[in-house]
Amino acid sequence: MRKTHKEPFIRISKRGEILPPWKAWGIRGIALVGSLVLCAIIIYSIVELNPLKVYGAMFNGAFGTNKRGWVTIRDTMMLLCIGIGLAPAFKMRFWNIGAEGQILMGGIASAACMVYLDSALPNLALLPLMFILSALAGGIWGFIPAWFKAKWNTNETLFTLMMNYIAIQVTSYFVALWENPPGSNSVGVINPQTKAGWFPEIFGEMYTLNVIIVLALAVAMFVYLNYSKQGYEIAVVGESENTARYAAMSVPKVIMRTMLVSGAVCGIAGFLAVSGASHTISISTAGGRGFTAIIVAWLAKFNPFVMILISALLVFLDRGAIEIASQYNLNDYVSSMLTGIILFFILGSEFFINYQVKFRSNKEVQA
Amino acid sequence: METQRAIRMVDITKTFGQVVANDRISLDIYPGEILSLLGENGSGKTTLMNMLSGIYLPDSGQIYVNGNKVNIRSPKDAYALGIGMIHQHFKLVDVLTAAENIVLGLNEHRLIDLHNVRQRVKEICDRYGFAVDPDKKVYDMSVSEKQTLEIVKVLYRGADILILDEPTAVLTPQETDKLFVVMRNMKADGKAIVIITHKLHEVMEISDRVAVLRRGKYIGDIATKDTNPQQLTDMMVGRAVSLNIDRPEPQNKQERLVVQGLTVLDAEGVKRLSNVSFTAYGGEILGIAGITGSGQRELLEAVAGLQAIQPGSSICLHTADGKETELVGKSPLEIYKLGVGLAFVPEDRFGMGLVGSMDLVDNVMLRSYKSGKSMFTDRKTPKALAQKIVDELDVVTPGLNIPIRRLSGGNVQKMLVGREIAGSPSLLMTAYAVRGLDINTSYTIYHLLNEQKAKGAAVIYVGEDLDVLLELCDRILVLCAGQVSGIVEGRKAKKEEVGLMMTHLGKEAQAYAQDA
Amino acid sequence: MTELISLFQAGIVFGTVILYGATGEILTEKSGNLNLGVPGIMYLGGIMGLMGVFFYEMNNPDPSPILCVLIAMSCAFLASMLGGLIYSLLTITLRANQNVTGLTLTIFAGGFANFFGGSLMKLAGGVGQINVATTSAAFRATLPFVPNLPALPRMLLGFGFMAYLAVVVAFVVSWVINRTSVGLNLRAVGENPATADAAGINVTKYKYLATCLGAGISGLGGLYYVMDYTKGTWDSAGGIESLGWLAVALVIFSTWRPKRGIWGAYLFGLLSWLYFYIPGLTRRSMELFKMLPYLVTVIVLVAASLRRRREDQPPAALGLPYFREER
Repeated sequence: MRKTHKEPFIRISKRGEILPPWKAWGIRGIALVGSLVLCAIIIYSIVELNPLKVYGAMFNGAFGTNKRGWVTIRDTMMLLCIGIGLAPAFKMRFWNIGAEGQILMGGIASAACMVYLDSALPNLALLPLMFILSALAGGIWGFIPAWFKAKWNTNETLFTLMMNYIAIQVTSYFVALWENPPGSNSVGVINPQTKAGWFPEIFGEMYTLNVIIVLALAVAMFVYLNYSKQGYEIAVVGESENTARYAAMSVPKVIMRTMLVSGAVCGIAGFLAVSGASHTISISTAGGRGFTAIIVAWLAKFNPFVMILISALLVFLDRGAIEIASQYNLNDYVSSMLTGIILFFILGSEFFINYQVKFRSNKEVQA
Repeated sequence: METQRAIRMVDITKTFGQVVANDRISLDIYPGEILSLLGENGSGKTTLMNMLSGIYLPDSGQIYVNGNKVNIRSPKDAYALGIGMIHQHFKLVDVLTAAENIVLGLNEHRLIDLHNVRQRVKEICDRYGFAVDPDKKVYDMSVSEKQTLEIVKVLYRGADILILDEPTAVLTPQETDKLFVVMRNMKADGKAIVIITHKLHEVMEISDRVAVLRRGKYIGDIATKDTNPQQLTDMMVGRAVSLNIDRPEPQNKQERLVVQGLTVLDAEGVKRLSNVSFTAYGGEILGIAGITGSGQRELLEAVAGLQAIQPGSSICLHTADGKETELVGKSPLEIYKLGVGLAFVPEDRFGMGLVGSMDLVDNVMLRSYKSGKSMFTDRKTPKALAQKIVDELDVVTPGLNIPIRRLSGGNVQKMLVGREIAGSPSLLMTAYAVRGLDINTSYTIYHLLNEQKAKGAAVIYVGEDLDVLLELCDRILVLCAGQVSGIVEGRKAKKEEVGLMMTHLGKEAQAYAQDA
Repeated sequence: MTELISLFQAGIVFGTVILYGATGEILTEKSGNLNLGVPGIMYLGGIMGLMGVFFYEMNNPDPSPILCVLIAMSCAFLASMLGGLIYSLLTITLRANQNVTGLTLTIFAGGFANFFGGSLMKLAGGVGQINVATTSAAFRATLPFVPNLPALPRMLLGFGFMAYLAVVVAFVVSWVINRTSVGLNLRAVGENPATADAAGINVTKYKYLATCLGAGISGLGGLYYVMDYTKGTWDSAGGIESLGWLAVALVIFSTWRPKRGIWGAYLFGLLSWLYFYIPGLTRRSMELFKMLPYLVTVIVLVAASLRRRREDQPPAALGLPYFREER
């Protein structure tokens, strides 16, 4: 018994040509619109509000007042900062899932400076010190798994993941140590009177310094990745370790150095979170942004400037969803849910950029 | 009555991106016949057969099996039609045993019933003359054992049409002979057999009919008894070739690389090179011959600092200025810093020599990006160099800023060789430098190597084509199973002699030659 | 002694949650898919099981315990499989990166579960007020004679049925992987999909099925957490998530063997609670002690990378997409 088969209905093949950028971004745009429509449907089914009004309310939540606008900017800068930190690691194909831990360690270093030094140093000296120590703390936290990876090829995905939980416990320890008031199991706002270690207001805005620091980091990282010798080494190691060895690079050294940089920038994000935003530390200082930022860096193909757009979009959604949640008496988690949906769509859309789908009639379908 | 065709392929076309791998090919296969599918590397033989085995789908054209039109959408469909293919890269799961690999995907029983499998494997082995240990794990097997297992696997599935993709590339002559015996047994049993190869003597020895492909096109078929190697070569390459590779006399020979007692173990502790000693001279081309996997890769990588070397080995580089440098124990970085002018064209172009996703400029920069004190890369110099290579070697490319993976194989290799010779090396090592290249590009490469030789560089040329080795190289070092079985003069050596040395070590080979 | 017993019991409860997660993930990873969405999938299992019975109990004055259990388990299993299906669709059909997709799934499902968990709490009238008493009791019921037994057997038999089911599932998964033809095919898919494909195995189908079924099993861990540990209420403090990551770690710890996962899970469970029973700890040093399971995982990870036994390595194609015509 030998059967004959029909030609398959759908055929998938790799695109022969790289799509021009406008087409690729067009596909991503379609995915984004699709996901927004789905989100609108979900929100509608929960709160039964005209979807357009929903987005109006979300916009209001994100930019409705000057203060809200600045909070949105602050959060965008935070997410962007972590994304910038992760970019070199991921470009090297080093799965640094440990940004959460690196942020927390940076945050602890900052908080420790604020608690112990208080007004012993002028803010002008204290802030740079905190910056450096946070970077160092985050860098060390990133370096540890890198050392084992370089030495024994220990799986970094799981190592960095575990380092997050170790960092959370370290944070809990310090929260218990610095508890204020006693018994509250939280640190409370540090230095509320002296404001030592707080970012100063610049041009009358609290978060100007956050923007300056992160944008400077974005430019620096762009230059580092694209124009420095070390950035070139990162790219080669990420593509092929054999090629890197052939080109006389020391792969272990590149891995360790890059993770030091990656962890340090994430540590600086912790500094921003403590000094430039909450003025306290808790186990939710990182708040899952270390994971979200992976997706930011990945989708932006490690380009810091594209990351600005993606971070802004995600934070806009987050702030907007929180606004809707409070207006309609829902809880904040709705924003993670919506973020997830949008990311699913964008992730899926990459397929249509890299592959083409043909149906049986051989008509080409431009997805 | 005309013999019933087992397979009829009509007007098959297959493209990958912009490359036409098969261009309207029609081919018939008959039961009880061994058909050689002959063609150079990249002529589309494997692609064509992959469409019979369900790996690829044709873009257009029809396939008939035993007179019925079929669509082979997957290997499963192929098996159901009685077609089995033994791929060049074995399709075996390393951590499973032979028996487990054989029943893979069959689902004859819900539970794994190895007892029954062993029995049936034994029957097949007895019938055609194989030996397979059903309980041996694949990762413990030799290459020839794996190949035998592949054939048994296909027969176990009841294949009447067997396709073997370059089965002898990895075998010793003895193993090849055994394989041919089995193939004749299968033919006598009424099976249709296709052997993909580019080795003419095998075509002459084993096949009944030859079909020739060239650059994706079907050239024609002919009964083996009515043809000869010369005619087949003409069909294969499109014009009569005597290779006629230029070979100037070495000028001003100087000791350049002195290797003594080189021993290299792989990650599993298996000896890949054993006590290898030789000297390469500046101003000559030293060829290295051997069956694939005899230690050629390890040898070149050891010199380049990419292999862990056993104690007692010595690799000494004599540079033109009279300095002697020991390379053992030095990392590629340390060798780079010595500035001794060591150039290496590795076998795996995209896995080692180049970065596929980077553009031409960044690839040219790979060897030189460290130069200068600045922490930033200088892209001006490599850009000029890339342009120079493109111009001088006629590299066909839309521009310098496209990913090098988008170039055709020949152009990729020109960029790689161009980069390696740009630094006026004192030692140039090349591994399979012309593999997969068209004839014109191959000659360009030979010419470049001769140029380096004339400039006084020591050139090491690892090759697989004995004809080329014998016409290009001044001396040929023959490796056999990680040992040097001898070094011969390229101008005097006979092909048979080298072939023998590839499979038998030193004295044994000589004795064998005298016997013959 | 009583302290030791309660440590043991607490350890088994957490261990069971982890075991479900890890067993499901082993099945998934055997097909070559590294699904970092396990915590999210466990969230899905927990919340959907809870919601299913919540509405059933709310609308039935006299709910049947057996029906409660069936509803909760099928809701949890199906919802988790749906999570696995999203992951499969993105990674297998649309070839998105596995790690990124898994993390996104965790973000999405964490948000989804805590959103509905929070809403459910509100609907039920506040924290700890979700009333699925019948279901939770059914999940925690032991055999009737158990309370009268002496300490040791009472301890061993004193768990709800899902604790034993977890062990059974682990054994069944192990048997399927190692003894059946389907399991053999699955291992081949995870080791070398091109070979499996050439052998006529439908790689896509196997990957989809293993990932979805694995997700279903993982999701039961979330359900057990909700029904047994939090006694039918919702806890949005992220307990499921951290156990979910431990489940991912356990897969490595067990070197992809479900049977080895059983004792590993209990070990992880014990380590999670050890701080509670070590005398003389301040609240601060307790926090440091809570690191233990994570530290142990790190140590195992390092040890496994030092000692590279062929049999202990991950499936060779783990994390890699498969596309037949790639070249």
